[in-house]
Amino acid sequence: MRRGEPHGSGHWLAQRITAVALIPLGVWFIFSLSTRADLGRSAWLEFVAIPWHAAAVVLFLLVLLYHSYLGVQVVIEDYVQERWRERTLQALSGLIHASAAVLGALAVAKIALGSGA
Amino acid sequence: MNERPLSPFLIYRFMYTMVLSFVHRLTGLLMSIGALLLTYALVALAGDAASFERARVFFRHWTLQLVMLALTVSFFYHLSNGIRHLCWDMGWGFERAQARRSGWFVIASTVLLTALSMWVAVREGNGT
Repeated sequence: MRRGEPHGSGHWLAQRITAVALIPLGVWFIFSLSTRADLGRSAWLEFVAIPWHAAAVVLFLLVLLYHSYLGVQVVIEDYVQERWRERTLQALSGLIHASAAVLGALAVAKIALGSGA
Repeated sequence: MNERPLSPFLIYRFMYTMVLSFVHRLTGLLMSIGALLLTYALVALAGDAASFERARVFFRHWTLQLVMLALTVSFFYHLSNGIRHLCWDMGWGFERAQARRSGWFVIASTVLLTALSMWVAVREGNGT
């Protein structure tokens, strides 16, 4: 993505907003994970199926992936000089991040909306 | 020639604070992979018992345990240093001495928070 003036500041702001959002979401996530690493399948399903847990997991994943996409974008811009190669990598990164977002959100939706697992 | 702006630590004279900047990227990239691992875990959980078992075996492998440890360290580093960056964005802590001090603070808090999370995990009766 070329960085025109409006684009640049939008990118900057989006990166900061997602960063701030990831502070509570990330701390909640890592705390939940480190206290429950050894749960079995049914206990995990129960945990994720609780509505606000499901919402928090989806929110965390989506904001994380967006923040990740923005970060990876800057890294590619900095290190890849050739234009076509840079463009290809940017597209690939977008595809991977978007796919992960859809997959993850669908997975949590299935767990949360399924009949009690 | 490349007209896009490059990140400062690629242009200026070396300072040790640049290492922190570079590590911020490195830990960020590592967590990008972590995000994909999380996606995989969620998809496996949403699947049947067999897919959950496959994921459990995958995550229990020692290389993945090592990756998880690296992700934990990365998370706390990126969090601490990220807050430092947000402070700079608000115009605080730009003085050289302050930047150095906060740099050391980032390292100390990374070690401390990682140790704390390990302690919580062990206390709850888990591995990593």
